[in-house]
Amino acid sequence: MAVAARKASRSDAAPSAVKSRTARKTQSPAQKKGAAGFTKDQDLFAYREMLLIRRFEEKAGQMYGMGLIGGFCHLYIGQEAVVVGMQMATKEGDQVITGYRDHGHMLACGMDSKGVMAELTGRRGGYSKGKGGSMHMFSKEKHFYGGHGIVGAQVSLGTGIAFANRYRKNGNVCLTYFGDGAANQGQVYESFNMAELWKLPVVFVIENNRYAMGTSVSRASAQTDFSKRGASFNIPGEQVDGMDVRAVMAAGERAIEWARSGKGPYILEMQTYRYRGHSMSDPAKYRSKDEVQRMREEHDPIEQVRRRLIDQWKLSEDELKAVDAKVREIVNEAAEFATNDQEPDVAELYTDILK
Amino acid sequence: MPIDILMPALSPTMESGKLSKWLKKEGDSVKSGDVIAEIETDKATMEVEAVDEGVLAKILVGEGTEDVAVNTPIAVIAGEGEDAGSVANSTAATPAAPAQAPAGEAPQVSSKQHEAPVSAVAAPPVVSAQPDPEVPAGTEMVKMTVREALRDAMAEEMRRDEAVFVMGEEVAEYQGAYKVTQGLLQEFGADRVVDTPITEHGFAGLGVGAAFTGLKPIVEFMTFNFAMQAIDQIINSAAKTLYMSGGQLGCPIVFRGPNGAAARVAAQHSQDYAAWYSHIPGLKVVAPYTAADAKGLLKAAIRDPNPVIFLENEILYGHSFEVPKLDDYVLPIGKARIARAGSHVTLVAWSIGMTYALKAAEELAKEGIEAEVIDLRTIRPMDTDTIIESVKKTGRCVTVEEGWQQSGVGAEIAARVMERAFDYLDAPVLRVSGKDVPMPYAANLEKLALPSVADVVAAVKAVAYV
Repeated sequence: MAVAARKASRSDAAPSAVKSRTARKTQSPAQKKGAAGFTKDQDLFAYREMLLIRRFEEKAGQMYGMGLIGGFCHLYIGQEAVVVGMQMATKEGDQVITGYRDHGHMLACGMDSKGVMAELTGRRGGYSKGKGGSMHMFSKEKHFYGGHGIVGAQVSLGTGIAFANRYRKNGNVCLTYFGDGAANQGQVYESFNMAELWKLPVVFVIENNRYAMGTSVSRASAQTDFSKRGASFNIPGEQVDGMDVRAVMAAGERAIEWARSGKGPYILEMQTYRYRGHSMSDPAKYRSKDEVQRMREEHDPIEQVRRRLIDQWKLSEDELKAVDAKVREIVNEAAEFATNDQEPDVAELYTDILK
Repeated sequence: MPIDILMPALSPTMESGKLSKWLKKEGDSVKSGDVIAEIETDKATMEVEAVDEGVLAKILVGEGTEDVAVNTPIAVIAGEGEDAGSVANSTAATPAAPAQAPAGEAPQVSSKQHEAPVSAVAAPPVVSAQPDPEVPAGTEMVKMTVREALRDAMAEEMRRDEAVFVMGEEVAEYQGAYKVTQGLLQEFGADRVVDTPITEHGFAGLGVGAAFTGLKPIVEFMTFNFAMQAIDQIINSAAKTLYMSGGQLGCPIVFRGPNGAAARVAAQHSQDYAAWYSHIPGLKVVAPYTAADAKGLLKAAIRDPNPVIFLENEILYGHSFEVPKLDDYVLPIGKARIARAGSHVTLVAWSIGMTYALKAAEELAKEGIEAEVIDLRTIRPMDTDTIIESVKKTGRCVTVEEGWQQSGVGAEIAARVMERAFDYLDAPVLRVSGKDVPMPYAANLEKLALPSVADVVAAVKAVAYV
């Protein structure tokens, strides 16, 4: 009983773990940059990218409420710094694959917000012609390989993309994202083993948002330090403040460099938080309102950058408003397009089954 | 412009709900992400967040109102630079009586029909495979085993295309658990002939990921029994992604290995998966019998841009057949072959089922019954035309498979014959199959569990009423 209670209280204290700004490493390459400071351009870029994801997701939530988006819809609100920071550390040609909380990844990869939103509404102008929906979108052009609905499946798939990189000797790295929930799937460890065995250029980005649907990390995971999950395969890992886009990018650069240089896979545990429920129909009763409120007020990834833009880079309210307005315009255009675009032609029912 | 806040749908099935609480009051300013109200659905109480910024000018639906239909305006937000007071007044004039609106009459935005896109009535495409290529007269025929034919097919395709590689357990240094990949490591090296750990789920997924990028993996399962660990990746990732990506992301991959019963290996190592994979749109399923078909169809499978399940049979690996000596012998997937012509009854079989069918046909011939034996070769897409044409001639049909009857391939064939050749049938279609039991180990029981030549002969006699 005592042991159980202690475990529980440790996990309840987890929110404070995110406060630590310095990335803690288990086994990692020699260099240690810490949360490097951004230039003004980088801050502005990160702000715009994250805000686009935030506003896009809010709009998607609203459109879901209006019945325009059906089925499951998993919003990325709160986790924006992870994908934006990682994307800032990549180079052209690096691939991205993730699970079903994927809208943010697509936008960060440069996919068109109209095409993403139209896929959410199931219209012909969507990335999958309306046949994939929220969880299944792809863009070969932007090196985005989905968008996968089976928890953990993308980990083996991403390892395969990395295998192809090594096979072709093209110097690319595959960023393979999954959550704290997926981290308990068996194929993740099968993939870790092969990735290290064959020194595949893959970075495993574990987005630990603390809840696998309604189950907190401590109720589901014997080892809650996900950066250690590759330890028995000798895969280095580190925990990163996933709410700080600078820390994310710095860690991303270390990990990607490691993988690109032929040293094999690398694990980044991004300590992050989703503000919304698991999906649109999740009331999120498994956590307190205070917990959510505290994260929003004290750790919001966008607010952190916004403060820097004001305090450090002396941007005026008007300049920030102009950015906000531009982002809203993009999102509104996407919503407009996704609302008015036609449903797929009925003939599409039987296309794309086989090549 | 003032913005209406609408009653949101908070689950895929919600049509109305109770507005249980307002957390903002008129005159409050709101920004994106602020929780403004709580709504009770049939399942839970949910918070509603604001998406737009401005001042809450007017609440249209009071706290505690039940059965508020989805998409009913529940409040109005005045945007920046707008006077909340005047917005409130102008909307107050419009009759907003959401509580009275019965849920059934709620505007269903999701089902709103846009200009009905009617181009054609959706109909499944008609599949017709090309006939086998002519083998030129005078072509030398070489006797070889199915095992050698499979190896040659892989080696030829690997020479032809750098993107082709083979991976699986013991495929390289061990030379293949069943020696099907013998010599490939020596010719192509370890980058293209990859020994994997015992990790079917993982390497199946890895292969699919590699195929998404355009590589052409041949993934060998030591047996398809072990592929059950990997079936999620085969079906959910390999078979469905082309469709889910609107045609963007193909998966040119071959999953191959022995399928079905070997000998005396009991229930977990003896299952026939032909019916399982044939159920799945997005897959092709091939199950050859002869060495020539094994070679020609495996080469076709490797070149095919789709995921192909290539079901081999351990017992057949050592069987020898004549194979035409041609530089590039490729056969069409989806085309059956008439292995023996006859006019009294149609026997449909594939893979090792052909051994029972052909022997039964010989025995029946001695009694004056001429069976037409169709080697299906491909289970999906199924060459229904060839079966139907034969049944129209014979009026009788018996299917032969080692798999179980329920929802089996024979059941599918029987259904198609019933649908398309009902008037030609002189007897019900009968299925000879594995018995409805897990495969037993004991030699006598195993023999009973498998189909036999005698079973086929008996079934034919039953449909021929002799």
